[in-house]
Amino acid sequence: MAEPGKKPKKEKIPKQPMPEQEPAVRARNFDEVPFGLSQEAAMKEAERCLQCKKPLCITDCPVEVDIPGFVKLIAEGKFAESIRKIWETNALPAVCGRVCPQEIQCEGKCIVGKKDDPVAVGNLERFVADYERMYGKGELPPKAESTGKKVAVVGSGPAGLTVAGDLILKGHEVTIFEAFHKPGGVLVYGIPEFRLPKEIVFSEVNFLERLGVKLVRNAVVGRIVTVDELFEEGFDAVFVGVGAGLPTFLRIPGENLISVFSANEYLTRTNLMKAYLFPEYDTPIVRGKKVITLGAGNVAMDSARTAIRLGAEKSLIVYRRSRTEVPARGAEVHHAEEEGVEFYFLTAPMKFIGDENGRLIGMEGLKMELGEPDDSGRRRPVPIEGSEFELECDLAIIAVGAGANPLLAKTTEGLNLNKWGYIVAEPETGKTSKQGVWAGGDIVTGSATVILAMGAGREAANSIHKYLTLGW
Amino acid sequence: MFKILVKQELAPNIHLVKIAASGIAKKAQPGQFVIIILDEKGEKIPLTIADWDRKEGSITIVFMEVGTTTHRFATLNAGDSIESVVGPLGIPAHIDKIGTLACVGGCYGIAAIMPIARAMKEAGNKVITIIEARSKYLLYWEDELRKVSDQFLVTTGDGSHAPQGWISDRINQIVDEGDKIDLVFAIGCTYMMKTCSEATKPLGIKTIVHLNSIMVDGTGMCGCCRVSVGGTTKFACVDGPEFDGHQVDWDILLTRQKGYQDEEIRSLHEWESKNWRRIN
Repeated sequence: MAEPGKKPKKEKIPKQPMPEQEPAVRARNFDEVPFGLSQEAAMKEAERCLQCKKPLCITDCPVEVDIPGFVKLIAEGKFAESIRKIWETNALPAVCGRVCPQEIQCEGKCIVGKKDDPVAVGNLERFVADYERMYGKGELPPKAESTGKKVAVVGSGPAGLTVAGDLILKGHEVTIFEAFHKPGGVLVYGIPEFRLPKEIVFSEVNFLERLGVKLVRNAVVGRIVTVDELFEEGFDAVFVGVGAGLPTFLRIPGENLISVFSANEYLTRTNLMKAYLFPEYDTPIVRGKKVITLGAGNVAMDSARTAIRLGAEKSLIVYRRSRTEVPARGAEVHHAEEEGVEFYFLTAPMKFIGDENGRLIGMEGLKMELGEPDDSGRRRPVPIEGSEFELECDLAIIAVGAGANPLLAKTTEGLNLNKWGYIVAEPETGKTSKQGVWAGGDIVTGSATVILAMGAGREAANSIHKYLTLGW
Repeated sequence: MFKILVKQELAPNIHLVKIAASGIAKKAQPGQFVIIILDEKGEKIPLTIADWDRKEGSITIVFMEVGTTTHRFATLNAGDSIESVVGPLGIPAHIDKIGTLACVGGCYGIAAIMPIARAMKEAGNKVITIIEARSKYLLYWEDELRKVSDQFLVTTGDGSHAPQGWISDRINQIVDEGDKIDLVFAIGCTYMMKTCSEATKPLGIKTIVHLNSIMVDGTGMCGCCRVSVGGTTKFACVDGPEFDGHQVDWDILLTRQKGYQDEEIRSLHEWESKNWRRIN
């Protein structure tokens, strides 16, 4: 084992595999796919870390977790110390360990990864967070002395939870307003149970509540209370992290047929409302036999994999670009394919076809080919004339991204929006055009990742802290 | 949790529930709705706010037993609590001085039309309120509505409360008798709002309907409640619930409302077979 300050020559340890449910088994249940590393495997994996003097993994982490620091503590078997090291910069390690795109962040920069598999930072973060949840003594990190300042956080998704976690530790009073009856935002309504068990999200939120964060559920800011009224009620600063929250439809014929869903609806019914347990739970969901998911991002993978678990015989992802352009994480695509999800590339949806009862029975697609690169640098799909064809389906899920939900912005004067309706906020601080109001996450950037929202939350929390102690 | 303060059966299978929800009571406007969840296993359903008491911090809703949630809701009593009440949602009714207004309601809409009639009367309009029911025993809130109306009419499908007929018949009658109606405001079952809109279209009377499509979150996040109005897709929860009845594609709405018919029957059957002893 490494001694502090020394860098002994390491025996080559192979990457410790993550044990997971067999594809055929997991495709029929909603239990989490990976089981998590054993204590032994985690310590072995942690030993693979070179403890770089100038760690690149940290620079590519949006919340700058001290990765070599916590990994070293795992290698030494000091799990309680390790999780406390992570908590210094990240209040949601059990979530991040599961859903961060590590391959393009910390693990993507890992020096070990140059010649071998990179250190499995995500798996280790998950391990130590799970260990704390199961065996930890529940000791809280130290909190700064109370400042007497009050902060309202609108939305309890990854951005809002990060702001709350940071500011409560800095001694401010924090109240989160959540529109749903359960906290977590996209972590709860969007990401499926098999990828992120809800119990884990609630446990992370509970951790914040134990630190003193107040949580007001069932409160749609913009309806029951406006941002201006929050200031009247005595809040000194407001952070808006409401997520994108507006489903994008395709505007093609037949879109209003029964069994055509936005991914938001399909996933909210299944995850937040537990429709997969219908009729034990009251919320119903259409259980399609032949399911088409449109789009190829992480949300599309979640939808197509959920459809399989709800009994689909065929779950097809239809994407208008090619495999190279798929925006979903490699691991998600891999898991989806293992579970039987099929891909139909270079196909654009043209119209949905219904029967006499208004139920979906098929979709007309059009073949595409790749042309010149577009603004995003990806090759633009160009339709092949006369290549229309029909695909049979009894459920279609539209997962082509989300727009900005205008509900809060419409009721908040002085909040500047860009031409797509997203809130304009300074990238380094999250400051909006309205004094005392910050914003971050998908409502600023459009659909992105959990960790980027957390990164924005971190920047905003620092800026809010400065404002509350020094001024705007 | 939200505590039930009053529970009352207004007519067979039609219930009034007053719930402690001070934040919502403070903000509620005519035409707005809430989304409720009964308990951990409950679903989200939208219910129109029929009244509120800002001082007491309560809202009143009236619902009809249709599916599992409303049947389960009907078994709760004063003192019980429900998991979630979110609101006030939707764009409030546009209250203005227009002239002569017909406020019409059927089933749960008999109650839901009340705050609109009241506000319209307060705004200086002549309010003709018309309520309909299949039969006399399904009528309720006649006194409450009479109080907020200049003229109050009842009509029943079976004629048990004269005259026989539906709201559309009464509107035609009023116009035939030479009276002018400037605007119709309709809340109730989709079929009633549809026939009402069809009756007023040839008469050239603008008709506002209060759509009740299936919803999940009620904040514009899922698109479940989408309706086609004037050829464009709108979300009933945030763009509505009020729309021009002459522009609504009623066939799409009626079709989408049947989206879970089989599941609704199955769910209710399972619940009843497990719980029939508890129904009171």
